[in-house]
This record gives sequence, structure tokens and C-alpha cells, in this order.
Amino acid sequence: MAPAKKRNVSSVKTAEKSAKKAKVDLSKTVERILESRKHANDVFDILESLQAEQEKEVISAVAACSELFCALLERKELFLGKLPGEEDALSGGYSAEDKYRIFMRHRYTSCVEILLEHLSHEQYDIKESAMCCLMKFAAGEGLHPLEDLDWSEHYSFPRELIQALVDNLLSKATDNSLLISRFQEFLEMEDVRYYVMSSIRDNVGKVMDKSKGAVVPVYQNNVFTLMSSISMPNQESELTNFMVKQEAKHEDWKAAKLHEHKRVFERMWLGFLKYKLPNSMYKKVLVILHDSILPYMSKPTLMIDFLTAAYEIGGAISLLALNGLFVLIHQHNLDYPDFYKKLYNLLEPSVFHVKYRARFFHLANVFLSSSHLPVYLVAAFAKRLARLALTAPPTALLIVLPFIYNLIRRHPSCRVLIHKPSAEDGEFQTFVVGIGVLTVYELSVGYVINVCFCVVTEPFEDPYLTDEEDPAQCRALESSLWEIKSLQKHYHPDVAKAALLINTPLSEQEDDISETLEVTTYELMEKDLKQPEIKSVPLEFETATRLLKGGGDVLGQHFCLA
Amino acid sequence: MSWGEKASMMWVCPVYLDPKPSIRKETLLKEYKQKNRCSKFIDRRFGEYDTKMAPEDKILQRFTMERQRVHEKKDVYNLNEEEELTHYGQSLAEMEKFNDVVNSDDESEEKGLLSAELTASHFGGGGGLLRKKALGEEEEGGQRAKSRQELIEELIQKSKQEKRERQVQREEAQELTEKLDQDWKNIQSLMVKKTPKADKQEEKPKLEEYDMMVRELGFEMKAQPSEKMKTPEELAKEEREKLQKLEADRLRRMMGEEVVEGAQSQIHFSADDLNDGFVLDKHDKKTLAYQDGKWNMGEEEEEEEEEDEAEDEEGEGESSEEQESDAEEDEVEEEEEEEEEEEEEEGSGEDDGHSDLESEQESENEEEEEASPKPKKTLSKEEVKAQQEAAKAELPYTFAAPESYNDLKDMLRGHTSDNQRLIVARTQKSNHPSLAVGNKLKLQKLFGFLLEYIGELATRSPPELSTIDKLIPEVYALCQMFPDAACKAMQSILGDAAHSMEETLEVKGHAAFPTLDMLIYLKVTALLFPTSDFRHPVTTPALLFISQALTKCPVRSLQDLTSGLVLCSLGVEYVSFSKRFLPELINFLVGTLHLAVQDKASLGYIVVPPFRASGKYSDLLVLSSSESCRSWSKKSLPLSATQQLDLGNDPDRDTHRLTCLSTCLDLVKRCCLLYKDLPSFTHIFQPIRTLLSKHLSTQTLPEPLQELSSEIVEAISSMPVTQSALVFDKRKPIPLKLLTPKIVEVLDYGKKRGSTREEREKERLKHKYKREFKGALREIRKDSRFLAREKLNEVMNRDAERKRKVKELMGSLATQEGEWKSLKRKKK
Repeated sequence: MAPAKKRNVSSVKTAEKSAKKAKVDLSKTVERILESRKHANDVFDILESLQAEQEKEVISAVAACSELFCALLERKELFLGKLPGEEDALSGGYSAEDKYRIFMRHRYTSCVEILLEHLSHEQYDIKESAMCCLMKFAAGEGLHPLEDLDWSEHYSFPRELIQALVDNLLSKATDNSLLISRFQEFLEMEDVRYYVMSSIRDNVGKVMDKSKGAVVPVYQNNVFTLMSSISMPNQESELTNFMVKQEAKHEDWKAAKLHEHKRVFERMWLGFLKYKLPNSMYKKVLVILHDSILPYMSKPTLMIDFLTAAYEIGGAISLLALNGLFVLIHQHNLDYPDFYKKLYNLLEPSVFHVKYRARFFHLANVFLSSSHLPVYLVAAFAKRLARLALTAPPTALLIVLPFIYNLIRRHPSCRVLIHKPSAEDGEFQTFVVGIGVLTVYELSVGYVINVCFCVVTEPFEDPYLTDEEDPAQCRALESSLWEIKSLQKHYHPDVAKAALLINTPLSEQEDDISETLEVTTYELMEKDLKQPEIKSVPLEFETATRLLKGGGDVLGQHFCLA
Repeated sequence: MSWGEKASMMWVCPVYLDPKPSIRKETLLKEYKQKNRCSKFIDRRFGEYDTKMAPEDKILQRFTMERQRVHEKKDVYNLNEEEELTHYGQSLAEMEKFNDVVNSDDESEEKGLLSAELTASHFGGGGGLLRKKALGEEEEGGQRAKSRQELIEELIQKSKQEKRERQVQREEAQELTEKLDQDWKNIQSLMVKKTPKADKQEEKPKLEEYDMMVRELGFEMKAQPSEKMKTPEELAKEEREKLQKLEADRLRRMMGEEVVEGAQSQIHFSADDLNDGFVLDKHDKKTLAYQDGKWNMGEEEEEEEEEDEAEDEEGEGESSEEQESDAEEDEVEEEEEEEEEEEEEEGSGEDDGHSDLESEQESENEEEEEASPKPKKTLSKEEVKAQQEAAKAELPYTFAAPESYNDLKDMLRGHTSDNQRLIVARTQKSNHPSLAVGNKLKLQKLFGFLLEYIGELATRSPPELSTIDKLIPEVYALCQMFPDAACKAMQSILGDAAHSMEETLEVKGHAAFPTLDMLIYLKVTALLFPTSDFRHPVTTPALLFISQALTKCPVRSLQDLTSGLVLCSLGVEYVSFSKRFLPELINFLVGTLHLAVQDKASLGYIVVPPFRASGKYSDLLVLSSSESCRSWSKKSLPLSATQQLDLGNDPDRDTHRLTCLSTCLDLVKRCCLLYKDLPSFTHIFQPIRTLLSKHLSTQTLPEPLQELSSEIVEAISSMPVTQSALVFDKRKPIPLKLLTPKIVEVLDYGKKRGSTREEREKERLKHKYKREFKGALREIRKDSRFLAREKLNEVMNRDAERKRKVKELMGSLATQEGEWKSLKRKKK
């Protein structure tokens, strides 16, 4: 009778047919079981087909299970309270009704177990349907709790089931990102999200303790996917979509309070970030940190440890950590000692080549926009950037040059970097006045006075110390931006033109660098390629005769045709 | 009236002198006088009161009116007798009859001649004559007195004689005048260039013989002095000047100044050039070209074209050859080759010429096969080797321009690289834009196909680079012909390559090095377009592409490294003239040198992406054994090494490594020279210096590399490290604010500016009204003053009259009294 027995059908067609048939059969079985208790044993057939190998069969079995047990939950035909063992039930003094319910409850438990196992099945469809079925059970259990709820403090929610679901979802072996993205729809519900979050925290704690802090990339990736798919509500009033409605004291329920949500969210993230992460994970977290994590934490400052750690790592990760740090400094009054010093030390040739260049310069622009920065610092930044510009590609140069100019505009005392007239010139007076103003900022730093005497006419060696880590000690103010002078000979016309600006006093208006931040080399190229009207194309007048000739014969000297 | 005049004279005062007293006298005074009268005197004569009419007109008008009135009254019935018109009393009809047109001055002369005698004789009543007679009597003394009759006759005779004399005199005068006129005419003809019409008509018969000839001579093409044959020195000088001009142009573009006009035509004109834009190159002797005794035209239309061109070409054959050799002066081998080819051709041409007659009747088939530009067809039939020879010998002279890329490929397939070049050259010539309308487009397409073909040749394995090498002059020539199309084609190639690279970059974050065809394209770009321009639609993107490749392509194998070095060499070539700074080049070279450093710990320099300080591929250039150093000698790397390298064993590998290293060091050296003027030279080259002096153990390297390395270090350290501080460019001092008043010259006084049109009009009317009002007042005052004066005059006149009368009366009374008294006394 059970179509599951016709498992080994060779042809696909018959398999399909049988699957269809099985579906019909299964639904009939479900109907029969629900009709009378006589057929209760048919439930084994369903469970058997649930473990079948064929995808279709399993899926139909899952559907049947969900139909059956949801109905049973509704009818309250599952045993409530602490479940006695099956043998105990038979031997113990239970009524026939109770025995039936105990029996059914056991079947339900085993069904849930099978479904949880299916969550790590190879077939995505099976995973998905199992998950959906489990969520239906969870909803059913929420409405008709299987536990005895005598005490009023307890709120009914199938926490165990959710915990088990999450445990299985966060697989250590397979990448479940697809399933997790399907799961996201359930995370819309406030209570589910709340309990999922606490389950994640428990799970992460358990798993990472087991691995003793070592990196578990797949698992952490799953966790991150799940966590990043959580979208937090912004206001208490948005908390309306619940899977389970509590009859009593709904308002007091933790899942209905925003600050509780925030706390759980925060704990979940902190619990996750506490452990060592793979470098790529750091980047992923840092990318979303400032706009999808920090705002939903009850105490964002708790992130400081993580951010500081990330900032110390160096390279691109440090650049990304800047964003989070900025939010903390800006909005949460975080006092970060030596922030600018660290920022200064982040400036390496690689900042022009990394993917997050635009973001970094955007932030650096924000950090350095304050007019209360000491002039030595600004000069150090300008000089450092100019030095790095010697190795930068043209797209970066088109950002850096206006950036430096903006710095000089904001801090007119930095003008000495591009204009250091000799003592004979009348402008020396104003220069000294400028220094006088500086001293208000920097009374303690003695070298400022040195600057006054450093104004010399004859050529001198660049006093800037490249390797000095402290911007206060790098003597940038005594130097000039010869690098920009060199860039006036840059091969790209736009860069050369931009560099030419230092020959004359800068205009008052600041350049808007946001437009140039995202320009790619190809876009730069297109500017020349797509020029609509070319009057006449200049041609090479030296007659070309050989492939390797011309242009100083560099190629011809080192390479041959064959 | 005399009274009034006197009175007015008395009252005239210089201040109140009326400018127009007459008007008042005529109008106001009259009115005043007529004041209390009921009748008045009106002069009815025509135009009496019309002041505008001139008095003459008035009289004339009155006269005609009078005549009309008389005529109407008297001659109503007088039909025939017309009134005889007279002139000074003589009938005009009579005067008309005079044959001799007598000038009026004659008449007046005669009439005006009022001698005393005449007057005396006419009007003296004889008294004069008598007196004369008396005089005559006194003179002659004793002569018999003539009678009155005699006297009169004498007089008449005398006058007649006088008249005759005058006549003669007049005739003489007339004759003289005529003569004078004649003379004048002669002089006039000299003075005015244009001969009078009468003269021309006289010369007309001569025109055909002489004048025509003169004119013909005038219009005939004169053998104008042609430019003299230039000596080699002059030619060289001209060439140099031209190059200097082009060089100056290049420099200007390099500085980024605006291009005024495309000064790019560099066509060398020969003395015999017809300046019709038709350029022929050496192989183009189609008129002489017979192939196996047949005119070797492919199609009939082309034959026609050919015939049109025939004359031109015959004249031009030689000059174009000269031209060609001029252009390719610098390379000897090439020229030799060409000469060989030419000789070959000429030889065959002669042969053909001889066989012309015999083979006249050869089959049609053969001819077609010869001429049709489809070598492929013949190819398939024949053996490879023999066919190559045959194909070379039988290469057609004209080719249809390929319609598609495949056409071109078919056309070139199976030929040697020299022949491929020839084919392309002949295609280009036989489709010259001046020959047919569509040819320009065809050749533009040909350029695109050629580029594509070059790309394909480069991607073949093994790459056929020597063919590309041969094709370069043709590509260059086509590019010179169609700069715009060439620019477009090159741009699209660069754009596509850059686009695909950008896409891979977006996905992967890095990209593979450009393939060999792209490297070749970059090189061809440098050959066709000037790389030193400040901004150029082709070379600027090409340079960007090189820089992009050098920054984004990680070096993972020796092939990659070779590609990178080719790119670096290209980069150096691109900037060799303009000396522009290419940071990516230095970065890459530093990275390459870093690959050769054995101990990567504690670096004193920073390696810039795509290189990494340490990692899987960071030891690519570290030698596996120091043995290989001894056997190594510098050899050029094949360009194909960028695609595949067969380096089985370590020694081979090491040799390649050393070659790469030497290339790299040489490029570094070149860069040092290029960038020695940059202010930040030391900072740019600081990593290289540290690397070479501290990290790269030169002992393990071969001798030449050691030398090179030490040279570089020396060059870098010899550069001055000091710089003078940056100062803004000196600006023109801003002039002080001047406080002297600004003077604006007002040209239209009294005009109110700045108001609207209506206001101005209103103002004007007001002003006019005021003036008129004042004027009217003044007039009225004057009138009343005049009237008062008149009245006073009147009163005074009246008083004077009365006084006079009283005096008279008193006088008469006094006389009466006196008489009476005297009578009384008498009575007493």
C-alpha cells in the first residue's frame, strides 16, 4: 500500500508518476489518520517516505507531515507537558486517549528530528521544504504550546525548536547561504528574530568554544550570512509582526521590546566578533558595520575593542575599520588616542591600489575637514600624500591632488608647503604672523619656532622624514611639495593640469573630490576615446619602417621579432 | 508817408530794432489804418500779395495773362494770321533761313557796334555829316563839296566794305578754330589712352592681321621660368626645414598648447608634380605592365581608369620613385630590397614587352587567371613550394580592395611576407582615392582590416611578427592618408581592450597581462601617432592602458614578467621624447628588481602593487644557481616569450632571468636619464637605490649587470638632493586704485539721460510750449509797441499839422492884421 516501497524504480518517468501517485497516496493517508485513530499506524508510512531517496517523494512527504501534525497540534492531539518514554507510556497508567497522544507526540518528535536532519541535505529543495515545514510547526507550537504553561511569567514560544533549527542552519561543513536567504523571510517576524538571535549567540558560543578559538571559515561564513540578513527595526512601534501572539502580558514580553532586541543583537554580534575571524570576514563585517550593525546596538561603544583590533591589523582592514571608528568618535564621543597618528601611518602606497580607495579618501576627507586640527598635522598629511602620489596611478592622483589642495585651503598656514618665499620678499612678514597664529595651537612644540628661522633662499635638502611615525616630528612644515612639482610632468594631461595649480595661489573655493572618487581608469580613457569632435589627428611624421624601430629603439634593443 | 518814415526813423532805437519791421508795416499797420474804415483798396493785379513769387515770374505771368485776354478779344476770328514771332523785332522765320549759322555774338557784335559815325549818320539828322563834311573840307581844303546823295552812297559803300572785311575776318577765324580743333583732337588722342572710336574704326582692317597676332602672342602660354633643379644640398636643406617645422609643431603640442591647424601633410612634392593629390609609388607602372603579353587589368572599368591615368603616370613614374627613395633614405636594406624588386619588375616588364606581339592571341582564360585578384584559387591547385615561387613571379599588379576582413585574409594567404606587403601596397595604389569615388572608403576599411590582420598574425602560434614588420610601412602610409579613420580604428581597439580589462578587474580585482597582439598594437600606435603630445586622442589612452596593465596585472610567471618588461619598454618609448613622468613604470621596475632579491626580510623600501613584499611569486627572478652567471651573455628576448616559454631546465631559466634582469636594469638606467630633471628625482629613485645598493647582491650577477647596477647607483647618488623652496609664479603686480576723477565727455548737452521716452517727449513739448509762449508774448509786446509807436506818430503828425495850420492861420491873420494896420496907418 505504501508507495514508498516502490522505491527502486528505474525509469524517471515512472518515478515521476509514482511520485505523483505517492503524493496522492500520502495525502489520502493523512486524511485517513485524521479521520479516525484506527489508522494511526499509517503515520509510519509517512515517516518512512520522509526518509526516501527520491527528492519528489521526500518533498511530498514533508508536505504531508506538515499537514498532519499541524492539524494534530490544532486539535491538541499531541501530548502536552513532559513526554514520558514510549515504553513507560505503554506500561504506565495512562488512558487510551493519553496513550494515543503520547504515541503521536513521539511521532512528531521523530518527524522533527528527520526534518532537522534534512536541513543539511544535498538537495536545496528538500532543505527548503524541511525548513518551511519546521517553521510551520514552530508557529503551530507557538499557538498550541506543547509545554504546560501554568506559570504566568513564561511566554509560550517554541524556543527549543528554533534553537535546533538554527543549530542545523549554521552548518560547519556546507555553505548554507542560499537557505539562509530563504530563511530571511521568517526573520521579518519580531519574535522569531529575537529568538533566532539568542540562539545564534548560544550556538556561536558553543561551537567556537569547541574549536578553541580557531578559525572555522565555513561556519563563520554561515553565521555571518545569517546575522547580516537580520534587519533590525528602527522603532518600538514597528514591532507588530509576531508569529506567536501572547495572550497575557504581551507588552511585557521581551520579544516585544526594542531595547531587548537591541541587547540580544548586540550580544550576538559581540559574541561572534569575540573570536578570531578570517581576514576576508573582517572586511565583510567592517563593510556593513557602520550602517547595519552600529546603529542597532544598545551600546555601540562596546564595539571599540573589535574596531581597535581591526584597526591594528593594518592594510585594507584598517582602512575599513576607520568607518566604524569614525561613527564611534563622531556620535558616541569615543576618545581615541593617537587617532590621527594612526591614520597618518595608514598612508602607504597601497592605499592607492586597494578596492576601498574611494571610501578611505571620503573618510580621510571627513577626518581632516576640521579646522581645529594643528597645522603641523595637516602639513604632515599633505606632505605624506604628496610623497605617496609619486607612486600612484592617475585615477588616484586625480583624487589626491585636489585633496591636498583642499587641506591647504582649509589651513592657510599650510600654504608654506607650496609657497615659501625668501626673506627678501615682502611676504615674509605675513608668514611670521601666520606662524604666530600657529603657536596658539602648538605652544608646546618647539620646532615651530625653528620654522621661523628655517626660511632660507638657497636650495636645501628635503627636511621631511619619511620614516617618522609621529606626524609632529616629521618636519613636514619645513618642506615643500616638490612631488607635485614633479607631477607637473606626469604623462596624463589631466593630472599634469591639476598639478600645475600650485604655480599660482589656490582659489578660495574647495574642490569637490566626491566626483572623482569613483572614477576608473577606463572612464578616464573614454574621455579621450569618445571625444566627439577631433579637428585633425596629429600624426607621427617620422616614417615608420620597422616594427621595432622608433621611440628611441628601446623595444628593439631588448626584444627581437622571433 | 514821408512823415511816417521820418517819424519811424526818429524812433528807431538799436535795442528794439525790429528784425522784420516791414512785415509789421505791411500787415499790422495796414490793419490799423483800416481800423475804422468801411472800404478798402485791394490791388487785384496777379500775384500782388503773393510774397513767395519772384518779381520776374510775376511779370511773366501777368504778361501771358494780358496776351491771352487780348488774343481772346481780338483774334477770335483771325484764323490764318498767326502772330509773327520776332526776335528783337526780326521775324524768326526769316532768321531760320540763314544758311550760315551765325553766332549770336556776331549779331550783337554788329548790333552793338555803335560807332560815333554810325550814330551820327543814322540819328544825327545830317548835322553830323555836315559837320564831318565841314571837317573834311577843312582837311582837303578846296575840294568840291559832295552832294548829300553822294555822301549817303559813300556811307553805304563804306559800311558794305566794312561788312565784307568783317566777313573775311570771321572766315579766317573760323578756319583757325577748325585747325585748332584738329590739333586738339590729335593731342587728346595722345592724352587719353583710349583711342576715339573713329580711330578704332580706322584700324579695324588691321586687327585681323597684326593685332590678332599680338594678342595671340600675349595670351600664349609663355614658357615660364620653372624652378631650377635643386642641388642635393638645397634638397637637404629643405628637408631639414620641413622637419624643423614639424618638430616645432610637435613641441608645441607636447606643451599642451592648442593646435591651430593640422599641419601634418608632409607629402613631398616633386618638381613634376601636378599637385592633383595623386601619389604614385614605385611599383605603379601599370601602363607598362603586361603580363604574359596581356594588358594585365583585372576589370574593364579599371582599364578605363588606367587609360585616363596613362599620361600622368608616364610622366610621373620616375619622380615617384625618387620620392619613395627619399622617404626611405635612412634604411639601406629596405631600399636595396626595393631596388631588387624594381629591377625584377622592370625585367619582367621588358620581357613582357617583347613577348607582347607573339602572345597576342593567347587564350582568354589565362589572362583572367592572371588578372583576377584571387590568389587563393590558384593556390589550391598548386604545390606549396613551387606555387610560392610562381606566385611571386606572377603577382598581379592590381587588386580589388577587400570588402571584408576575410577578403583580405584570402588575398594575403600563402604569400611570403614581402609579397604580402607588395599586395597591400598595390591594393592601396590601385584604389587610390583620386581614381574613383568610393575608393576612399575602401582604403579606410582596408586600414581597419590590416590592423585586424596584424592582431591575428600576432596571436598565431608562433606569431608571424616578421610579416607584421613588413606591413608596417603600408599601415603607416594608409594612416597618413586617413588620419581620422586610423584614429577611430585604433581607438576602438584600445577601447575594447581596456573595457575587457576593466570588466575582469571588477570581477576578480586583477587581470591577466595583455596578450601579444595588444602589445603589438601599442607599439604600432607609437609608430603611427606622436607619443609626445600633451593630449592625443590615441596615444593618451594607449599610455593609460599601459599604466593600467602595469598596476593591475600581477606577475605570476616569467611570461608575465616578459610582458611586463615589454610594456615597460613601450612606456619608456612613449615618454622618451616628452620626458613625462610615468610612476607605474618605476613601480614596476622596482617590483621586478625586488623579484631578484634573495633575502626579502627587512626591506628598506616599499613595494607597490601588483607586487608584494613576499609571497608565492616573489622569487621569480632569484637565480637557482650562480653557475649560470658565467655562461650568460646578453641576447635579445623574442617577443613571443610573452606568450610561451619553453624553459625546461634551470640553466635556461636562469639565462632568461638574467636577460630579464638586464633589460630591467637598462630600463632603469634610461629612466634615470629621462627623469633627472624632476625635482623629486631622489625620492622617486630612492627605492631603486636602496634595493640595488643594499639588497641585490651584485656579486652573484654577471659582470655587465654589475656594471649596469653600479652605474645606476652612481647616477642616482650624483643627483643633487637639494631643492629650492616652492614659490608661486611671479604675478604682475595689481595696479593701485586710482583716485583721479573719471572724466566722461558729454557730447549731447541738455539732453536728459536716463529717463524714458515718454518723459523725454513730455519734457520736450513743455520746453517747446514755453518757448512758443515766450515768443508769442514777445511778438505781442512788439506789436503793441509798434502800434503805440504808430499811434504816437499819428498824434505827432496830427499835432505838427495842426501847429503848421495854426501857424499858417496865425501868419495869415498876422499879415491880415499887418495889412489892416498898414491900411490904418495909411488912412491916417
